[in-house]
Amino acid sequence: MADKSLPEFKGTPEQEKKLLEVIEQNKDLPGALLPVLHEAQEIYGYLPIEVQQKVADGLNVSLSEVYGVATFYSRFSLTPKGKHKISVCLGTACYVKGADKVLAEVEKKLGIKSGECTSDGLFSIDSCRCVGACGLAPVMMIDEEVYGKLTPAEVDKILDKYIAEEGGSN
Amino acid sequence: MTLEELNNIKKEYEELVMVRKVVKEEGEKLAANTGYRKQVLVCGGTGCTSSGSKKVLAALDEALKENGIENEIHVVRTGCFGLCSLGPIMIVYPEGSFYSQATPEGVKRIVKEHLKEGNVVKELLYKETVKDDGTIISLSETNFYKKQLRIALRNCGVIDPEDINEYIATDGYQALAKALTTMTPDEVIQEVLDSGLRGRGGGGFPTGRKWMFAKASKGDIKYVCCNADEGDPGAFMDRSILEGDPQCIIEAMAIAGYAIGAQRGFVYVRAEYPIAVNRLSIALEQAREKGFLGENILGTGFNFDIEIRLGAGAFVCGEETALMTSIEGNRGEPRPRPPFPAVKGLFGKPTVLNNVETYANIAQIILKGSKWYSSMGTETSKGTKVFALGGKITNVGLVEIPMGTTLREIIEEIGGGIPNGKKFKAAQTGGPSGGCIPAEHIDTPIDYDSLLAIGSMMGSGGMIILDEDSCMVDIAKFYLEFTVDESCGKCTPCRVGTRRLLQYLDKITQGKGEPEDLEKIEELAQHMQKSSLCALGQTAPNPILSTMKFFRQEYVDHIYNKTCAAGVCKSLIKYEIIADKCKGCTLCARNCPANAITGKVREPHVIDTDKCIKCGVCMSNCKFGAIRTV
Amino acid sequence: METVHLKINNIPVEVPQGYTILQAAKQANIEIPTLCYLKDINCIGACRVCMVEAKNRRGLLAACVYPAEEGLEVFTNTPAVIKSRKTTIELLLSNHKKKCLSCLRNNNCELQKLALEYGVDEDRFQSEEPIYEIDDLSPYIVRDNNKCINCMRCVAACKNVQSISVIGAIRRGFDAHVGSAFDKSLDNAPCVGCGQCVVSCPVGALTEKPQEDKVWDAIADPTKKVLFFTAPSIKATLGEAFDMPIGTNVEGKMAAAIKRLGENVSAFNMDFTADLTIIEEANELVERIKNGGTLPMFTSCCPGWVKFVEHYYPEMLPHLSTCKSPQAMFGAVLKGYYCQKNNIDPKDVFVVSVIPCTAKKFEATRPQLRSDENYDDVDVALTTRELARMIKRAGIDFTNLPEEDFDAPFNKATGGGAIFGATGGVLEAALRTAARILDGDFKKVDFEEVRGPEEVRVATYEVAGVTVKVAVTSGLGNARKLVEKVKSGEADYQMIEVMACPGGCINGGGQPTRSDSVSNYVDYKALRSKALYDYDKNAEFRVCDDSPVIKMIYDEFFEAPGKEKAHHYLHTSYTARDKYYK
Repeated sequence: MADKSLPEFKGTPEQEKKLLEVIEQNKDLPGALLPVLHEAQEIYGYLPIEVQQKVADGLNVSLSEVYGVATFYSRFSLTPKGKHKISVCLGTACYVKGADKVLAEVEKKLGIKSGECTSDGLFSIDSCRCVGACGLAPVMMIDEEVYGKLTPAEVDKILDKYIAEEGGSN
Repeated sequence: MTLEELNNIKKEYEELVMVRKVVKEEGEKLAANTGYRKQVLVCGGTGCTSSGSKKVLAALDEALKENGIENEIHVVRTGCFGLCSLGPIMIVYPEGSFYSQATPEGVKRIVKEHLKEGNVVKELLYKETVKDDGTIISLSETNFYKKQLRIALRNCGVIDPEDINEYIATDGYQALAKALTTMTPDEVIQEVLDSGLRGRGGGGFPTGRKWMFAKASKGDIKYVCCNADEGDPGAFMDRSILEGDPQCIIEAMAIAGYAIGAQRGFVYVRAEYPIAVNRLSIALEQAREKGFLGENILGTGFNFDIEIRLGAGAFVCGEETALMTSIEGNRGEPRPRPPFPAVKGLFGKPTVLNNVETYANIAQIILKGSKWYSSMGTETSKGTKVFALGGKITNVGLVEIPMGTTLREIIEEIGGGIPNGKKFKAAQTGGPSGGCIPAEHIDTPIDYDSLLAIGSMMGSGGMIILDEDSCMVDIAKFYLEFTVDESCGKCTPCRVGTRRLLQYLDKITQGKGEPEDLEKIEELAQHMQKSSLCALGQTAPNPILSTMKFFRQEYVDHIYNKTCAAGVCKSLIKYEIIADKCKGCTLCARNCPANAITGKVREPHVIDTDKCIKCGVCMSNCKFGAIRTV
Repeated sequence: METVHLKINNIPVEVPQGYTILQAAKQANIEIPTLCYLKDINCIGACRVCMVEAKNRRGLLAACVYPAEEGLEVFTNTPAVIKSRKTTIELLLSNHKKKCLSCLRNNNCELQKLALEYGVDEDRFQSEEPIYEIDDLSPYIVRDNNKCINCMRCVAACKNVQSISVIGAIRRGFDAHVGSAFDKSLDNAPCVGCGQCVVSCPVGALTEKPQEDKVWDAIADPTKKVLFFTAPSIKATLGEAFDMPIGTNVEGKMAAAIKRLGENVSAFNMDFTADLTIIEEANELVERIKNGGTLPMFTSCCPGWVKFVEHYYPEMLPHLSTCKSPQAMFGAVLKGYYCQKNNIDPKDVFVVSVIPCTAKKFEATRPQLRSDENYDDVDVALTTRELARMIKRAGIDFTNLPEEDFDAPFNKATGGGAIFGATGGVLEAALRTAARILDGDFKKVDFEEVRGPEEVRVATYEVAGVTVKVAVTSGLGNARKLVEKVKSGEADYQMIEVMACPGGCINGGGQPTRSDSVSNYVDYKALRSKALYDYDKNAEFRVCDDSPVIKMIYDEFFEAPGKEKAHHYLHTSYTARDKYYK
């Protein structure tokens, strides 16, 4: 049983400073682990082992407990995400209106599967459960932007816009 | 803040808000006193924000300035109006003109023609508000709103959720004041008990009894929690309330704190709801500034404050004990009950936990009395319920109806029926814990007990309408996939049972089902209902059981005949070319990735079903509608 | 005490308030099966095999967590209950690698036992293919998640008892599994190797790393002398593996059985190096007290505790006694003194220790313990369970064996050495010797204040004008609390005994697996300890210095405690380790 290889950690001193501040602010808060992990992910974009160790140290919990919590909640990610995070809603309202086809189109267009990140680090795809924009089903989010009433053709157009902005790669 | 100051704020802002609540003529009179000729409300809920309400607001600002009327028109960004599919929504008072699907271009016209020159831009109005003879009716007269009764949503789409003064103007914090200054904690609890209010998060436990138990528990430290971890896919009423009227939750939690003797509250809200979290944070700050939170509230010596905790994407955390384990910083695994939270809850202390919609009713109950509240609804389900209407329905959105309204009224009248001339097949309520109500029960009055009796449940209020294109086995599978993903994994029946149930459904939808599978599914389902640790596992089989009960023939068709009548289950459908319609254009054959289509030019083509991979490319490319599934 | 009255299967029962249905049923002599429940360690109501029915209660109730309520009418054997338990077991089996025949827990597995009792169909549900890699990289424990039933008893033992939390629950739902952070091997995690997870496991998901085959190979090699020695606690527990009552002292049969494993096998008594440890350690203590050395001095004979300090309190390493453990001392004595005296090349002896412990398997590989850098002093460390399996494979009728002595010259030891196997024993033995160093006429032998099940025992003694303040604890969770007190200056003891396993070696991670009916209802720790204290009471010698073997070895080899040779062979050093890695 070999340890799985992890992507190289590229944290900056500024990020570390922020993280330590967050830990310091929260360390006496009852139940601090979740709030701190939220902030840590905000700072680093994901929760690599180096970051989880700092959290474990700072909050005086074991690393396995931090890891257990980080892997329990689907919002926490152990792998880096793309510059643009695409999230396709697979909630019920979206599903009955063809969200699976939307996801398939995004995957086809970017050549990666849900949960993966493109090799140039520009895009990552995830599916999510209901962003609460059921009136616009099916929807997807790219970063903070919500796109609704999607068709595969529409998806294509939207992604083309992002690809063009990034200099036409992909 | 004193009572007097509270009433002064109310007086100061009352007319401004009342303009939006009264009929035109009276509104015009009121408007004259407010300093604004007109008010424009733009929805800033998640739905409308997604469809571009920010751009609309920007265009509005710009156009107002261009026309030099920015000081005459009051612009309010509100929470959700409910009609999300028509967003971005914009409404002009005092006349109440309801503009739907607003665009920046449209806004320019509205500002100039309507706001400046006084002529309503009819062609941009929501079509239901313009009668055939050209007369304009108010929004409340449309089918969508006519049968609704808004208590929990009363302020959503009416007030500015980021301005506490507007909340105060609509009787905000009057209930807290009343409770603190004129009622004992026991009287508060009695009022809630008498109102008949039951938990709106799904279970339907009487709210007053929860409070009573928590009050009876000994302890210096107690907690009040709000469950805003709305995880039921397809439900978004809690989000809308937090976005549209966050103060009403704060007020209700403070009342609960007073009733049970708690000084701290927690709102556990989904991190996926950034707008709601933001508005709630603003609301908390304003409530603290005004002294509705903090120490010595309204000079009564009562102390109370609230903290927000973010969920992190785990449906199971909607379960009360899991929610508490999560706030405590752990994996959100449920704990066995008893002990119940009212005795031993958050951090081991007596705790009351209610969901957002439940709290949204509290202030009104305290203010208007339990008699008023219990006069609405049915024998065992009082008041109203908010539903998120979605799926194959014309008016997708948020509706609040008195308990006892029938499914037919919701679908045909409020919801505007099924689009594209399709036939209603079923309504799914209660999400992954609920079931499907078939057409034969369309006249069922909606309340806790009627829904349970037909194998569904109220749940938090998601209502997904399905038409004839939905395969019920596939729908059951969809929900099972959800619970498999969301099971916490703590107890055996749920961790392994959901997976095994899904295996059966996979088998059936792939055409490999065997006759005895149905019985096996039922046996396992009953086991999970009886032996799972928490409600997630206990109710996980409901979507299967209810579809098996009402749509058994579909299961039988999948298993015995290997067919899927709705044409959804890929393994069971075949693509076929209708020879009469095929012109032999060869487009399908050229696009088929599996080279499964053959035929001569200008002659009907044929699909080799052995080669066909059922991707559907041929069908979407055919210009003559010559390809069908069987 | 307030009581409640309820009926279980129509039998009226009165139990103290706070009892669960499970406890109340036991009082009425009604058994309810359990899997995830482990008394005092894990009570989470997760496995759902203890379901029972009750009047006016919806669904079924989990007996292990549901409180006995006034007037409750419980039924433990209705068709609905039986059906539920059966289905739950079948669900567990559908996700369990059913390689029962070759499993170390075959015939000793709680799941297997229930499967038989409930007449299950192990193939009722479609089974999963094994997907988890087996973790067998550490020298002491093997984890096979494919056999895990997610009862979380190991996790609770590691967290609640040992306060380490090296393993925990990972992911959720069907993917939920037990593992260390980032699913690393135990070998690359800050695991101390105590094996409390192993003895908590109801199935074969956690076992010691079996090493009997190496020993069999050595026995089969005519050029090798195979030298066994057995730790103090083994005599009190080995009998359980042969269905003898808990707490039976089987020292004589054990010596006889080992000698019958092969012609080239000798059986020695490790109580002798326990005595030796005391001589060195008592002198070290007196030395530290007299010369202002680092105090308090912590005992160092428990390898789980030592590794715990190395990972989690490296700053406290100077507090650890530098004495090797009895196992390591014996290895050094055999490969040093014994080989020299008998003129044997150390390469031709194969040293096998039998220990109650998985951490000792790790200890045996520590490079600091080599008295010669070319070889390990102990070649293989076998747990009690492995020795039992060897005896069974050799076809030895253990229960009917005559009692025999250990082999000379390491056959005699003292009661002080024997009580090493129970918590407080090391300290008591050390006190007997230290008191005598300070005051030649000191007569007290029984230091009962340091015995017993309490989390921490403290005592103060006045000897020859010196005040000796001591403390004893076992279980690393308790140890952590004590270390924190020492660090904060709240505790001012001179000597502290720590054993990683609660109750000491008699409850070690290498001891015979006890069934749940024992773990949950019998005070097995007390019974096992009693066997050692009885042994001590009746021993010919009770103070370690009185052992003739001790006198012989100092005369012939080590000269005097703490002298250069003694230091080379009997003392060691420690390594500060990372908090997150190996």
